[in-house]
Amino acid sequence: MHASVEGKEILKGLNLEVKAGEVHAIMGPNGAGKSSLASVLAGREAYEVTEGTVTLDGKDILELAPEDRAREGVFLAFQYPIEIPGVSNINFLKTALNEIREYRGLAPLTAKEFLQRSREKQDLVEFDAKLVNRSLNEGFSGGEKKRNEIFQLAMLEPKLAILDETDSGLDIDALRIVSRGVNKLRSKDNAFILITHYQRLLDYIVPDYVHVLADGKIVKTGGKELALELEEKGYDWLTKN
Amino acid sequence: MTSIKQLESPLTEAIAALFDRRELSNQDGWSAYRKAAMQEFGRLGFPSVKNEEWRFTNILPLVKTEYVLDEMAAISEADMARVQSLVQEHCAGIYSAEEVYRLVLVNGAIVPSLSVLPAQEGVSIQSLRAAQEHPQCQAHFGTVLQIKDNAFAALNSAMFEDGLFVHIADRVALEKPLHVVKVLLGTEATMHHSRDLFVLGKHAELKVIETYITDIAAPVLVNAAAEVVLAENAMFDHYDVQKADNNLRIIQRTEATQNKHSNYSNYIFTFPGAAFVRNNLALHLNEADLESHLYGLYISAATQLVDNHTEVHHKMPRGESNQLYKGIVMDNSRAVFNGKIFVYQDAQKTNAFQQSNNILFSDNATVHAKPQLEIFADDVKCSHGSTIGQLNKDAMFYLRSRGIGEQQAKQLMVEAFAYDVVEKVKLPFLKEYLNQMMVADMGNQK
Repeated sequence: MHASVEGKEILKGLNLEVKAGEVHAIMGPNGAGKSSLASVLAGREAYEVTEGTVTLDGKDILELAPEDRAREGVFLAFQYPIEIPGVSNINFLKTALNEIREYRGLAPLTAKEFLQRSREKQDLVEFDAKLVNRSLNEGFSGGEKKRNEIFQLAMLEPKLAILDETDSGLDIDALRIVSRGVNKLRSKDNAFILITHYQRLLDYIVPDYVHVLADGKIVKTGGKELALELEEKGYDWLTKN
Repeated sequence: MTSIKQLESPLTEAIAALFDRRELSNQDGWSAYRKAAMQEFGRLGFPSVKNEEWRFTNILPLVKTEYVLDEMAAISEADMARVQSLVQEHCAGIYSAEEVYRLVLVNGAIVPSLSVLPAQEGVSIQSLRAAQEHPQCQAHFGTVLQIKDNAFAALNSAMFEDGLFVHIADRVALEKPLHVVKVLLGTEATMHHSRDLFVLGKHAELKVIETYITDIAAPVLVNAAAEVVLAENAMFDHYDVQKADNNLRIIQRTEATQNKHSNYSNYIFTFPGAAFVRNNLALHLNEADLESHLYGLYISAATQLVDNHTEVHHKMPRGESNQLYKGIVMDNSRAVFNGKIFVYQDAQKTNAFQQSNNILFSDNATVHAKPQLEIFADDVKCSHGSTIGQLNKDAMFYLRSRGIGEQQAKQLMVEAFAYDVVEKVKLPFLKEYLNQMMVADMGNQK
């Protein structure tokens, strides 16, 4: 796949296959196109795919609006979750969940069912009940915002979750909590793409594959041990040629 | 002799002729007041856009219409039956009957049979004319509204025939909010001059909600004036909901004087509908240690014009005023916000805040915002600010990336934008009603 933003090519022939049950880590130096990949998959405006396709369970998602991609099962955990004062976290999630259910031909959850599910997932990902009733991300600490992303992930149960630098700005305790949440959500039916700059996250969420993205292309693929090698040697040995 | 600050209109002459006719027949306690007001209107004329206060609001189309001026016509029985069902339907959409008292005005005249008024001691709710001998009416009528240099206030004072008088005596709190339903009926272009006087004694409390029901087949121009008097420690929550037919044109001036430790809160909500809305709100904080709150939310659509002008005069020390106006300007509509805060030399330790935020919802929408602050005291805390923007694209994407459709996402964002105004509403049923109206109006948008 090739993609560009404002006429500038940022992904230059990227091939990636993620199967259900797998966790893929995408690492790479700054400016390699890691976050652009996340934006392209989620359907952010201004990112244009110039060549290639993206399919989810055989369905082309590039023609779909961001909301329809989400309804098909794509989830992006944002690097910088947005604060929206006045939109309550819980109301937002209820709206999202019910729109996704409607798309899939399911009846909306009753208030009771929703509450039950919300409690269950809060416990699962260790998300503070007090935050659930506040305005969406408003005044949340960096760690709380990232945990809210994981809570949303738990609530919406996507097929493919893309975690864009979820580890950035987290202290070690927050990183542990976030990772525990992700590990509990892993199943044979869903898949994760972890976009990260550091190997640290991969100590807690062990990937099946590690890809190195440099200058818009995957330049190396390996197992989890590749991450350790990168930690030791940096990226230069892969990008110099 | 007209200056460039005046509009020439046949309406001016028609008004003068009617005034002269009336002067011959109706002599009452207000005759001298009317006469002085007519003189001032004659001096000012209808303001043109050369007049700073009307720079962005051209009333030329309004004064070109030929209106029926002598408007207090009797309502037929058939019309009354229709009004009754309209009122019932309107009110049922806002609250359950036992939550409020209700006063119904049809074309400016009180209709007792449709009203539910308190039988509470110390509360007087009646027509201005009936209250003419009331000592509180005599003491305050015409003392608050500034006629000088206010053409429409002068015109109202010259031409009003009747109006509403509400008095709450010292240490009396009206038990339930008073809902004032302003019903406008008619098939002909008509000009109304409505006039209200609210007088609150010491420690008195009052909550008023004003709404419109319009069943009009031709343009109706309402030139309204309201005077508000708050004695020491009085509290008045004043809600005005402007949702009406496209034929309605509103020009109104609400003016209040406040005494020590009093609290006046004015809330004004304008929704798509009425083609032309100009609200003037002026507060005179004549004593020390008092507070005022001014909240506004306007959602304009189609070719609507919504103009809010406010003035807050801090004259004595330790006053506090908070002002927050927010607007969502859609389609080809236009909004104007002009807020002035004056802090006089004696008004030390004043806290005065003013904020106006606007969202342009379409490429053809326009906002003119002009926050103004004049400070003559040296120990004060004041701020003013204004923003004009669009819906935050990142926030829209965030919502959509969770499966929320574009329309629904917009609605959530708009509700969120309006939230800090709507949350200030202290009556839960009214808050819910406003939220519903917002959703309905945004739902019509593409």
